[in-house]
Amino acid sequence: MTVRVVLPAHLRTLSRVDGEVKLDVDGPVTQRSVLDALEASYPMLRGTIRDQVTHERRAFLRLFACEQDLSHESPDAPLPEPVATGAEPLLIVGAMAGG
Amino acid sequence: MSKVRLLIGTRKGAFVLTSDGRRERWDVTGPHFGGWEMYHLKGSPADPNRLYASQSSSWFGQVIQRSSDGGATWESVGNKFVYDGPTGTHQWYDGTPHPWEFARVWHLEPSLTDPDTVYAGVEDAALFRTTDGGVTWQELPGLRTHESGRLWQPGAGGMCLHTMLLDPRNPERMFIAISAAGTFRSDNAGKTWRPINRGLRSEQIPDPVAEVGHCVHRIAMHRSRPNVLFMQKHWDVMRSDDAGESWREVSGNLPSDFGFPIDVHAHEPETIYVVPIKSDSEHYPPDGKLRVYRSRTGGNEWEALTNGLPQSHCYVNVLRDAMSVDSLDPCGIYFGTTGGQVYGSPNGGDRWAPIVRDLPSVVSVEAQTLP
Repeated sequence: MTVRVVLPAHLRTLSRVDGEVKLDVDGPVTQRSVLDALEASYPMLRGTIRDQVTHERRAFLRLFACEQDLSHESPDAPLPEPVATGAEPLLIVGAMAGG
Repeated sequence: MSKVRLLIGTRKGAFVLTSDGRRERWDVTGPHFGGWEMYHLKGSPADPNRLYASQSSSWFGQVIQRSSDGGATWESVGNKFVYDGPTGTHQWYDGTPHPWEFARVWHLEPSLTDPDTVYAGVEDAALFRTTDGGVTWQELPGLRTHESGRLWQPGAGGMCLHTMLLDPRNPERMFIAISAAGTFRSDNAGKTWRPINRGLRSEQIPDPVAEVGHCVHRIAMHRSRPNVLFMQKHWDVMRSDDAGESWREVSGNLPSDFGFPIDVHAHEPETIYVVPIKSDSEHYPPDGKLRVYRSRTGGNEWEALTNGLPQSHCYVNVLRDAMSVDSLDPCGIYFGTTGGQVYGSPNGGDRWAPIVRDLPSVVSVEAQTLP
């Protein structure tokens, strides 16, 4: 399954990608499986979205898709079908705070 | 002709400034890693083109960058900093126990002999080391687990290990400083540590002469005399002639003995520099005059260096890692301000000029002298 992910600008720069990232995800499409695939393809992103040990989402990052805030969903909950089919992207968004 | 390269860390990116030995005209590149906080960049003494940089953000956490070509290109390396074993607690601001939590890397200190070995001083205070060029990092836990660790507490900027000095004559000896715990020394390459704060006096803590708890802002040494240490403390400029076994105050005639950086002239081990700041609540120069003070006597007798520095309406700060010297003759000295200026003097502080004026707030300045 090919999943689309939109990174915040600073992480696009860090991972040296333009535009969306397309990832092949095996098995159920969940936050965990998508982030696992993302970090496997872009190791420099390890620790920037979730803690490297606990895998907890960093406090100032949110996960949106299909006009829903999925940040507080279980990391093992299935993502919405349009994300799993690649029709809609998973958005990783930096909180609007700071300067 | 020799060259000088300045590695500048700011709140919103890094900059690399280069000049020939005259140090009059400078090329500026950057921002590198724009928008990220760059706490510190430093080059390897064993391979000056090998650079390491601490890149961090409240949103995205800690990243470590490495360059093998003097900052022209960079690659991100390992950023997994995990405390070794149970973390225990230190004191929080209100005196309650608080678990150790990694926040960021404040300072990177490359080995004097191996470009792949680097020490990292982090917040919450601990010491990490890489021996593979930054790919993996391991804690040297003997410092954090020192019996006094439960009494350490954060300064206003966090509980940070901000200074590391490697003894050039004794590879087993290292000095570190933590705000607000004090200064520590290891004589076995970082395995075990002991506080070296005898002689410090801090009225802001319950026991002003306690073994730990002092807010040491910066320590410095000259390579030729590693047993002589200089310290800028929260208040007081201090000196030790016995590798930190005892300290004495050398603030002398300074207009304020509060400040952050302290550094030593490259060729004159008794010539030292500080930037007096009015107070711990104001954090700007006395009388709105930006003055570096130089002592040629290892302290106590200080002269103001003002030529080329703003002498009115100046209310910037100079942070602890934001001063550095090159090793040309005459010695060049450089510092950056929270107002985004980087000033340089090619003659030991007699005459200053801004190299750049409008960078983001400067956090760190490191000078490299290149062949």
